[in-house]
Amino acid sequence: MSEERQIQLEVLRYNPETDLEPRYQTYTVPCVNEWVVLDALNYVKENLDPTLSFRWSCHMAVCGSCGYMINGEPKLGCKAFIHEYGDHIRVEPLAHFPIERDLVTVVEDFITKFASVKPYLIPKEEKPISAGEYKQTPAQLMKFKQYTLCINCMLCYAACPQYGLVPEFLGPAAISMAHRYNQDSRDGGRDQRQEVIASHEGVWECSFVGACSEVCPKHVDPAGALQQVKVASTIDWYQEHLMPWSKK
Amino acid sequence: MEIIQTDIAIVGAGGAGLRAAIALAEADPKLRIALISKVYPMRSHTCAAEGGAAGVIKSDDSLDLHFGDTVGGGDWLCDQDAVEYFINEAPKELIQLEHWGCPWSREPDGSVAVRPFGGMKIRRTWFAADKSGFHILHTLFQTSLQYPSIQRFDEYYATDLLVDDGRCQGLTALEIRSGQMRQFQAKAVIIAAGGAGKMFPFTTNGAIKTGDGMALAYRAGVPLKDMEFVQYHPTGLPNNGILLTEGCRGEGGILVNKDGRRYLQDYGMGPETPVGQPVLKTMELGPRDRLSQSFWHEQRKGNTVSTPWGDCVLLDMRHLGEKKINERLPLVRDLCISYLGMDPVKEPIPIRPVVHYCMGGIHTDIKAATPVSGLFAAGECACVSINGANRLGSNSLTELLVFGRRAALSAIEHLQSGLPDSNDAALAAQAKNSEDRIRALFDKSAGTETVAGLRKEMMATMEENAGIYRTGEELARACEKVAELRQRYVNLGLTDKSKVFNTDLMQALELGSMLDCAEAVAVGARDRKESRGAHQRLDFTERDDQNFLKHTLSYYHPKEPPRVEYLDVVITKSQPGVRDYSGAKK
Repeated sequence: MSEERQIQLEVLRYNPETDLEPRYQTYTVPCVNEWVVLDALNYVKENLDPTLSFRWSCHMAVCGSCGYMINGEPKLGCKAFIHEYGDHIRVEPLAHFPIERDLVTVVEDFITKFASVKPYLIPKEEKPISAGEYKQTPAQLMKFKQYTLCINCMLCYAACPQYGLVPEFLGPAAISMAHRYNQDSRDGGRDQRQEVIASHEGVWECSFVGACSEVCPKHVDPAGALQQVKVASTIDWYQEHLMPWSKK
Repeated sequence: MEIIQTDIAIVGAGGAGLRAAIALAEADPKLRIALISKVYPMRSHTCAAEGGAAGVIKSDDSLDLHFGDTVGGGDWLCDQDAVEYFINEAPKELIQLEHWGCPWSREPDGSVAVRPFGGMKIRRTWFAADKSGFHILHTLFQTSLQYPSIQRFDEYYATDLLVDDGRCQGLTALEIRSGQMRQFQAKAVIIAAGGAGKMFPFTTNGAIKTGDGMALAYRAGVPLKDMEFVQYHPTGLPNNGILLTEGCRGEGGILVNKDGRRYLQDYGMGPETPVGQPVLKTMELGPRDRLSQSFWHEQRKGNTVSTPWGDCVLLDMRHLGEKKINERLPLVRDLCISYLGMDPVKEPIPIRPVVHYCMGGIHTDIKAATPVSGLFAAGECACVSINGANRLGSNSLTELLVFGRRAALSAIEHLQSGLPDSNDAALAAQAKNSEDRIRALFDKSAGTETVAGLRKEMMATMEENAGIYRTGEELARACEKVAELRQRYVNLGLTDKSKVFNTDLMQALELGSMLDCAEAVAVGARDRKESRGAHQRLDFTERDDQNFLKHTLSYYHPKEPPRVEYLDVVITKSQPGVRDYSGAKK
């Protein structure tokens, strides 16, 4: 179970202070088979090269820090098992984000878009704390539970061909988080979110390739959320333009 | 150096820091709030908490019961006035989170569901499946986004507090992206920077849990309190320390040794309860310190199972069935399959105790205030103390809410108290000193020590000498060794000379924090000649209320070991008694 194996870990290096463009550096790493790619990176950091920069923390796929391209696919470094790869593993920063240094990317664009969809509860009815909790049945919870599981790791942005082509696109995680609150029985903020979502850079940019859902480490299924948002936005349009009397 | 003017600076943007920021923004929209963290808020380690948060809400429960469980669980080292405040505020905070959208698990009638937890007499743990901390953190982060007055400084590492005229008036921080130092000038500072579990090699804690906030306050003259109390969680995955929540046992999972015996009955937590029908506050639902200690004894007796990752006992959840495991413990199942290649639906999971939580921390009072005026602390980095010698599972998530908010209210009171003008030149001079300190570390290349080397020695020392059971001899060795490592730290040389996202420098600073904390742990433990809660001495096996019903206060010294003082525990209504977790109790 704990046998050792040598791998060649090829890592993208880029130091904006000294490098004109990114380069690759290969390290020979003795790996225990149960290791994840993050363990190999930490081996390099501790034993071979303290200058290698990358983000990580929880090592249990919940903090969302360690998203990298591993052999060309967006993965969490802490959930990419060495035994699933051959003896040569290439690690690069997440695609579609500017490189800050080595495997560290600039993520402000994601943070800004995420915040723009008002990803917080806008209560349908205000209620004081003394009145206790809002009632919500397990069935009502199930309607949006899946979309609460997003860890903001941004793998879906790295996988999304549309985000690569149209950087203004809000992207999978932001839209599915808006959908999460829209579907919450306690929420009444859909109209406010819809102004952002239904805009040009909103859902209509999604070409429904579904790559986001394939790479999601938490099975959030952003592609499914996007489809539902598109349908809902279409109904909105019809209600507004063809049946104005039907609007609530 | 660029100066950023703000009213209140918060260091740390996990559960406690975010809760404080929201409380400030709600109280007064005109307040300028600087939320400073070395990571983006959603990366904070609150996200890894699984089981849930305790708060009295059901009609069969009472505040008195929560009080009793907490104080007894803490082996009477809790300050009872603080516990009382905590349990009173707890339900309100949990409802508040519900109003902010936290996806708490529900009963069929739509009310919030509660689950049993270790050391609790009644079910009172609110949970969101087994991702409670994750949902709390993300609910708070997302809620915070609606307040424009919360200005975030993501990926800034706080280096020093600025204390002038007896008041904390800001801090310096390193912008990690640029390597530039910044001075935050503030009227009050709240530290909410988490624990220090990474002092130990085998821990549930993430890489970022390096005691930075504790060291920050400690170096500024605030004592660290009760640092010798380090909690081992009884059920960690043996290969990497990943936590399997107490909820596993709350839902009915059992612990067995290599012979299939539910060994907890041999350590005062019997008699055996029926499999799959957990009885509160006994057997598998005993408190964490007792369970971890029982493992140690089983290992000594040769009753553990040997695995490639060391000796283990088995957590058997098979009888819960696939449906219940998927509904209540989906993350646990995923973690076992992913990281151990074992499915809890089909086989018992090998586990062993793992360092999980620091009961000790920055000395604060019931108002989250430290002895330094204008400086407040909340969450794991603080020691109020509601956790005493052993924290009850599911009290810490509630604690960061209750005291995060409390720190915010206290900071506002401080602002309203009519503060004199700041001496800007004095503050700037302090900031300059801080910058010089960091620059000296950065510039030094011909060092004889490495970050990885010193860190490894520190971790090995702590594991060998300051673990579940301790002796005076081993602890003396730990004190000596950590003191030596602190001296050798001066000879550290950095390889990375880039200003941009220099993690070599970051790790050097984090190591400095951990060494400061580790010394406080070792010295506090050496001097506490009794056994209480998570601090167990083989040479002083009994609790000694005569001499040690007291908090340890460690005061920093730049070169010497800390000076230790003691402070009486606040007892209001519960005199120290016997902690009885046998099923035979009344």
